[in-house]
Amino acid sequence: MIETRGLRKSFRSRAGKETKTVDAVRGVNLEVAEGEIFGFLGPNGAGKTTTLRMLATLIEPDGGEATIAGADLRKDPAGVRRRIGYVPQGGSTWDDSTAREELVLQARLYGIGKADAERRATRALDAFQLTEYADRKCKTYSGGQRRRVEIALGIIHEPKIVFLDEPTTGLDPQSRAHMWDEIRRLRAEGMTVFITTHYLDEADALCDRIAIMDNGEVVAEGTPADLKREISGDVVLVGLDLSATPQAAELLDTEEYVNKLETADGGGLRLFVDDGATAIPQILRRLDHAGLDLRSIELHRPSLDDVFLTKTGRSLRES
Amino acid sequence: MKFAHDTWLIFRRQTQLLLRNPVWIFVGVFQPVMYLLLFAPLLKPALNAPTQAAAYKIFVPGLLVLLAIFGGLFQGFGLIAELRAGIIERSRVTPVSRLALLLGRSLRDVVSLLVQAVIITLLALLFDLRIFIGYLLLAYLMLALIALMTSAVSYGVALKVKSEDALAPLMNTVAQPVLLLSGILLPLTFAPGWLQGVAKWNPFSWAVDGVRALFAGDLSNAKVWQGLGIIAVLAVAGVVWAARQFARSVR
Ligand SMILES: Nc1ncnc2c1ncn2[C@@H]1O[C@H](COP(=O)(O)OP(=O)(O)O)[C@@H](O)[C@H]1O
Ligand SMILES: [Mg+2]
Repeated sequence: MIETRGLRKSFRSRAGKETKTVDAVRGVNLEVAEGEIFGFLGPNGAGKTTTLRMLATLIEPDGGEATIAGADLRKDPAGVRRRIGYVPQGGSTWDDSTAREELVLQARLYGIGKADAERRATRALDAFQLTEYADRKCKTYSGGQRRRVEIALGIIHEPKIVFLDEPTTGLDPQSRAHMWDEIRRLRAEGMTVFITTHYLDEADALCDRIAIMDNGEVVAEGTPADLKREISGDVVLVGLDLSATPQAAELLDTEEYVNKLETADGGGLRLFVDDGATAIPQILRRLDHAGLDLRSIELHRPSLDDVFLTKTGRSLRES
Repeated sequence: MKFAHDTWLIFRRQTQLLLRNPVWIFVGVFQPVMYLLLFAPLLKPALNAPTQAAAYKIFVPGLLVLLAIFGGLFQGFGLIAELRAGIIERSRVTPVSRLALLLGRSLRDVVSLLVQAVIITLLALLFDLRIFIGYLLLAYLMLALIALMTSAVSYGVALKVKSEDALAPLMNTVAQPVLLLSGILLPLTFAPGWLQGVAKWNPFSWAVDGVRALFAGDLSNAKVWQGLGIIAVLAVAGVVWAARQFARSVR
């Protein structure tokens, strides 16, 4: 449904007198299948929005190619526009307009006739449970209501693919859950959904497949389950005081059952081991032997954050 | 035709939003009326005009051109607000004509300027200003072209600088010399030679001379056609340039 090869984009920005170049996206190759929810997971500044804006024909790539629902991004941007919907990160509704007005206008900008546009607006308001507020100004909506209007705007012309840039950022937990349901509904209606997020749980729970992006590059791609499975074994979190952490790290790093070891910022260690159940007693014994004070120990299955950590050396929670 | 249809959609939306804002309507109507009622009475002695009507024939064209220039130049602020709200981005992902995105907005500005112009003209009629309707329509054409140009340029610059903080000083720096070196408020007849020489390079000076000639009933004055020609060319150039800013990447 979407295929990109070597998509690149740099920005020149001026800070005082110096101009510096930011390589926002450095060669992204992706394949998104029809009817899936594909997630772009990465910290702020990773280049997610820039990639989406290129795919939505809003900015021209510096290099690379993409085919979107059969249309070539460079040769046929108008064709791409007809086939896709795009919901920008920072909102897309006007304070003094009503949801219905916005929906009708957007449909008509896509070349849909007046009567049909009004029908679609009514249907969309109904589907997104907005009928009650349809004729109130957008500035009176809650964050979640407004976000739903914006998604309705993005799909009013029934595109094959919709790009949602951080659809749940800034929403309270209940609105987020509601939004997830809406996004799943789009998939059920046969749409391909491409979302970006910096929430691990969202990528895990909502997306069929994800690409992890960092610093303008895709560092891993696959289903959340596959990505986690790639990190063989278990993760053991060892709670330690900051002062005891370096010594413990030195001790445990040489143990042969520890595949990889990361130090947490506030003290404590994160150990990647093949089998947590047998590793824990050995870790306890080793630290006790050295007289180091252990605060807590915890065993868990690898999370997407562990995937991010092994690929980039940083935790997504911290960045 | 798709382009005309797109332009109409944008124009109608922008007009609806404008009418929804009573503060703007109040300011837009009230301000010029104040000029007319409070400033104009000082003019008869100052201009050495034989009658109040004669003073109005000089002052009203200047006031109208002034409104056209400033009304247009400051439209960019509204666009920056739309940019920030994501409205422009949302329009640009649709197949809507990029020229229509600009023209729909600029035509709204032209129409609102013309409404102001009509109100002022009607008031001036009460003060014994007389002008032949055909000449008045030509004067309105000139005003429309000025507003089209200044609003298009303002939108184009807004898309380039993307922030109010940059737009405000820029527009002021442009507007001030344009205003002072055009003889808009008072004719340059009594100005020193060098000032008249500088004004020759100011297109708005030609425009205001043309409108004054029309108000004076002097259609044979070459300034009328020269002014219309110069402003028309500039308006087309401004629109083409600004429409390209809408087509380019904006954020
Ligand atoms: N229009 C722009 N001009 C200059 N730099 C930009 C622009 N857009 C994005 N960037 C830079 O490109 C990088 C990637 O940004 P972005 O794609 O917005 O990341 P994300 O959406 O993953 O947070 C950042 O360093 C950002 O500052
Ligand atoms: Mg982003």
